Amino acid sequence: MVANIGYYALVITFLVSIYGAGAAAYGALKRKPEFVESGRYAMLLTWPLLTVASAAIIWLLATGHYEIGFVASVTSNSMPTYLKVTALWGGQEGSLVFWAWLMAAFTSAASLRKWDRDRELLPWFIMVTMITLAFFISLTVFFENPFARLWLSADGQQVAAMLQPTGAVPLNPPDGRGLNPLLRHPGMIIHPPALYLGFVAYVIPYAFAMAALITRRSDDRWIRITRRWTLVAWIFLSLGLILGGRWAYDVLGWGGYWGWDPVEIAALLPWLAGTAFLHSVMVQEKKGMLKHWNVVLIILTYALVIFGTFLSRSGVLSSVHAFAKSAIGPMFFIFIGVTFLVSLSLLINRWEMLKGENFLNSMFSREALFLLNNFLFMGILAVSFWGVIFPLLSELITGQKITVGPPFYERANGPLGLGLLILMAIAPLSAYASSSWKTIGRALWKPALVSLLVPITLYFGEIRNPIALMGYTVAALVAFVTLYEFWRGANARNRRHGENFPLALWRLVGRNRRRYGGYVIHLGVVLMAFGIIGIEVYQTETQATLSRGEQVTLGSYVMTYDDLSIFDTNDGRNVARAVVSVYKDGKLVDELYPRKDYYFDSQQAVTIPGTRSTLEDDFYVILVGLDPDSRSHATFKVYHNPLVNLIWIGGVVFIIGTVVAVWVNSDRRRWSKASPASAITQA
Amino acid sequence: MRKLQIAMGITLGFILFSQAFAPPAHAQDGGPTDDEVNAIARELYCPVCENIPLDVCPTQACEQWRATIREKLVLGWNDDQIKDYFADQYGPRVLATPPAEGFNALVYILPPVLFIIGAFILYRVVRSWRVEKPIPKTEKVESHDPYIAKLEQELRRRDE
Amino acid sequence: MDSIENSTTDNYKESPGKARPKWGVVLVWVFVMGLLAVLGLGLVRSQRGSISVGDRVPDLILTTFEGKEIDFADLHGQIVVVNFWASWCKPCEQEAVELEQAYQMYKDQGVVFLGVDYVDTETEARAYLVKFGITYPNGPDLGTRISQAFRTIGVPETYIIGPDGRLAAVRIGPYISLDEIANQIETVMAEQK
Repeated sequence: MVANIGYYALVITFLVSIYGAGAAAYGALKRKPEFVESGRYAMLLTWPLLTVASAAIIWLLATGHYEIGFVASVTSNSMPTYLKVTALWGGQEGSLVFWAWLMAAFTSAASLRKWDRDRELLPWFIMVTMITLAFFISLTVFFENPFARLWLSADGQQVAAMLQPTGAVPLNPPDGRGLNPLLRHPGMIIHPPALYLGFVAYVIPYAFAMAALITRRSDDRWIRITRRWTLVAWIFLSLGLILGGRWAYDVLGWGGYWGWDPVEIAALLPWLAGTAFLHSVMVQEKKGMLKHWNVVLIILTYALVIFGTFLSRSGVLSSVHAFAKSAIGPMFFIFIGVTFLVSLSLLINRWEMLKGENFLNSMFSREALFLLNNFLFMGILAVSFWGVIFPLLSELITGQKITVGPPFYERANGPLGLGLLILMAIAPLSAYASSSWKTIGRALWKPALVSLLVPITLYFGEIRNPIALMGYTVAALVAFVTLYEFWRGANARNRRHGENFPLALWRLVGRNRRRYGGYVIHLGVVLMAFGIIGIEVYQTETQATLSRGEQVTLGSYVMTYDDLSIFDTNDGRNVARAVVSVYKDGKLVDELYPRKDYYFDSQQAVTIPGTRSTLEDDFYVILVGLDPDSRSHATFKVYHNPLVNLIWIGGVVFIIGTVVAVWVNSDRRRWSKASPASAITQA
Repeated sequence: MRKLQIAMGITLGFILFSQAFAPPAHAQDGGPTDDEVNAIARELYCPVCENIPLDVCPTQACEQWRATIREKLVLGWNDDQIKDYFADQYGPRVLATPPAEGFNALVYILPPVLFIIGAFILYRVVRSWRVEKPIPKTEKVESHDPYIAKLEQELRRRDE
Repeated sequence: MDSIENSTTDNYKESPGKARPKWGVVLVWVFVMGLLAVLGLGLVRSQRGSISVGDRVPDLILTTFEGKEIDFADLHGQIVVVNFWASWCKPCEQEAVELEQAYQMYKDQGVVFLGVDYVDTETEARAYLVKFGITYPNGPDLGTRISQAFRTIGVPETYIIGPDGRLAAVRIGPYISLDEIANQIETVMAEQK
């Protein structure tokens, strides 16, 4: 009953969204505003309908209706309720509906703004978004149906379908298979939603850009409209990536946070394009430059979102993250083909209409440095894209499967990343239009000198690795320059308005949230850079099989194997839990409980590390193997991860910076009181 | 004492052989350490699982492969020999990066080539932009109040 | 609207819509079409299942554990039963004994049995063969070339090649009984007459 309601809600949404796209386009072409309005109402109708469908799925999941195929595949009796709900995005069918629901929410929110000045954009915005929504819903209606029931066909096969196949009887399993144990983690609550929010939100700027191209607009109004949306999308994408790293570190049990897995890269690619866009759009707003490039970037970002979704869901690539192979692959391929070809044709056709004022006064002006920033981001994007697509290409040509793994990406992206760090140190000191290497040099030499203390101190502290030295020095330089900018700005306010320092700082950031929010983000990146260099260059590990009471040494740490207990839990797991004591420089500092959880329903085990986290490092212990009968021997893998927690702390600072940058500025373009022009321009 | 250790080791071996969980590494008996095995395993990928490095893969099959690495180390093979052996046995996909021969060399050649081409394009574009310098503002602004010129500039930028 | 913009920008020489560079357009189209082609072909390839009955089996060489090389091309004219297995594969054990028995039954009728050891270690593989008393030729699937040629999905899988070098029968998963193996072989033999 509930399943039927949910399914018909999906079908109706599908029809409504197609109608909306058609009505809006018709209304625009025939100049009949009432059709456009009708299309708009259709668009607004999609979200309530999808909420009904999603609620239906969630209800079915939470109440354990295992006669529904999707429910049986991702939940089981032993799972706690919150996990059953989050299982909505734990499988292909549910995650597609979730994706559609988010898209409907965003497009509806975007359509509720005042359209008076942009009436001609509205119909095309509706058409683009509704076609995209219709596509995703069509996947659930026709192929991956979350409401399909399980039937036992006449020849003993289990079949999932909405309507009863001839000769089949309904199946009512008493229990489900349960969610993949790796997903049974609090990270499941926020990582996928954050990523999806980021992906889906990029539809909005894309739709606006397409609308602007279709209507032959040459101005950059669409960028101003979507500036907030692009920032919001980017924030969620960043959050999703950081959370993914944290989750991997917590649960995958290989002491790492990023494996350069194809699906991880598929999520990184739009982020790279999005970050480049974030920077170059500032140049467009300030100087009117780069109009063509920004349209290209926004289309590219969205194209990469769709491309990444296709890679993860079609089964084309092998990955730990990939959804199982399914029939939606070919449909998705058609969609991505159409999207690419239509966007590209439109862009090329309207290219000459995008009027731009492109000129550069100096190679060291801020515009030039932003161009360089974009170039480096595109470089990382190109390298990563190539690494992801190459195994596919190679298999087609040579017939052999190959792997393009971390060494490739690290070697190629490392120097590019370093280049970006250097830019982060120089760019805040540059000005728009002017700036020569002299002016920058004058501003830079003091922080540079101070940051030279860093490699010197490190060198005498036994840190000799050239990569680490270089990385730490540049990161420190970025920190000094950025903090210097804060100090300089607050100081200026202090002198001009007589505000004390803390107040000056507060007002400074408040008046210019985008710039100083951006600087806070950069500081977050610096912290993450410190953490990344620490763990990548200086991680050590060891593996040992210990008997009770035996110990293993790693660096200045000693770990003793104390005890092992094996027991069943009431949520369907068999847990092997070891107790180990950790000593540092001879003193007992912690007791850890690495364990291995075996889930009966999905017949899979998960290793949960025992970790001692401090600012300085992580001592990370995994229970690799054990001997259940005698319990005398157990094998442990021990990692020492220096500075790794700076990555998470940096991530928090990063997100704080993004919140500052996007916080609604009540007075958008406040000029400082000294400029008389402001008296007239303050509306 | 040594005989007792060997006996314990053999007994342990029999017990371990029948376990459902991946059996632990052999008790220390002077052979290659787990770390040495892992150092090589880390550079290889599990031949059947998707994109999991061999040193962290928990399946029984991976245990066997790590044991193979141990065997080969005992025989005195070095890193490269062991990696080549795995590539022969299971195909090039077990290596972390493809060998730079034949078509696969392209994966290494293309990025630097693209970078240079990209830098060249950037250079040309930037050069063409520097040619279109604005007519110096001073020519027009002399007859205007500098503030009004600035005002015009602000207005143009505002465009709202 | 456009004219308003123009008049306030007298001070700046505008670059009126840059002409699009021809070579740039061509390059981008080539790239996009190329990308779609790669993705499309990759998709087609991933959607294909194992090779099906009637397909011609490619020429392959199996090197047995004893070091002997067996060329599939040499086996034309005979029925060949190719069984994919691995020592770490529990379901494979279910059919191991039956396969050996079938071999004994049909070897005098010119039916060739070959075992292909998929992604396995030699020590464990040999132990498996000894454990189940398998006497027909077995060899490792070097470089996973043979399994890739058959496009196997997992183990155990058995492919029966007819005398014409084309695939005559397939069994995905373990055989349930000796009769099942015998039936399949008999059917193939009957089709040849």
